[in-house]
Amino acid sequence: MSHGNGHAEAGEHRHSPAMYIVGYVLSLVLTAVAFWLALTHAMAIGPLMWVLMILAGLQIIVQLYFFMHVTEGDGPPFHSVALVLGLIFTFAIALMSIWIMSFHSMVA
Amino acid sequence: MAVAEHAAHAPAGAAHAHGAGPADGRPLEYRDPHQSVKILGFWLFLATDMLLFACLFATYLVLRTHTDGGPTARELFDIPGFTAETFILLTSSFTGGLATLCMRNGNKKWLMAWLAVTMLLGLSFVGLEAKEFAADVAEGANMQRSAFLSAFFTLVGTHGSHVSVGIVWMFLTLLQVARRGITEITARKVFIVNLYWHFLDVVWVFIFTVVYLSGVVM
Repeated sequence: MSHGNGHAEAGEHRHSPAMYIVGYVLSLVLTAVAFWLALTHAMAIGPLMWVLMILAGLQIIVQLYFFMHVTEGDGPPFHSVALVLGLIFTFAIALMSIWIMSFHSMVA
Repeated sequence: MAVAEHAAHAPAGAAHAHGAGPADGRPLEYRDPHQSVKILGFWLFLATDMLLFACLFATYLVLRTHTDGGPTARELFDIPGFTAETFILLTSSFTGGLATLCMRNGNKKWLMAWLAVTMLLGLSFVGLEAKEFAADVAEGANMQRSAFLSAFFTLVGTHGSHVSVGIVWMFLTLLQVARRGITEITARKVFIVNLYWHFLDVVWVFIFTVVYLSGVVM
């Protein structure tokens, strides 16, 4: 990393689209890899699902970092705390629903 | 500290329109605490909107095999169709990002142009989705057919209606930029509508993965 260079540039010069282009290319590559893995049946279904979910998780990071400027902001990163909490709840709701419904009881 | 700083800047806050180059190192939309707190508030909204989608995803995951003898995911999903939708939405997220970039560079003309491109891509996404839904219903795969289809249309339709709201919202933001230029207030509005747009792109990536790709391989 060139020391202090990025900060000086942000103050004096125009912002460059480099971050956005990198983010766009990464999101296209991640989608293409997911698509290719799924349609060529390159893996068994179990591991494939895990790999697809990891690729989707990386897409979240790409959008947040390159497009949504999640690392910016004023003061303490309250928004990141809310976001992490929201993500934990989201995955908890989805995964626990699958887990609970995997018990094939005669009642439900 | 923040309050005192705001008091000093308040009279100038709404009026000045120098979009170029952040004088104090912060982007324009964060300079007035009244605007930056709204950005924080919008992040909180996104965290809760995510929970709405969490419940719909959970419902879909539980019901996706409950096809009641009707069409299955594999029979229904059109690979070129959902691939095109994904590509369009990913691209619109990029052009929305370019709109934010031009705003930060104080370039009103290009800001408006990229917002317009983003809206057009959004419209073509919604158009493709409507076409897909109409084709499904024509084949007898409507919402009432099975639990799988109820969950599918609710999840994907909720996302589609979010995108439709986003297009109208972006258009209203575009009008405000056209009238008032790039101010602390319009900068915050452009920033927030783009946060919403990128969020919808993330939700779509999960619909693409969990609903469409999983649907065609399982």
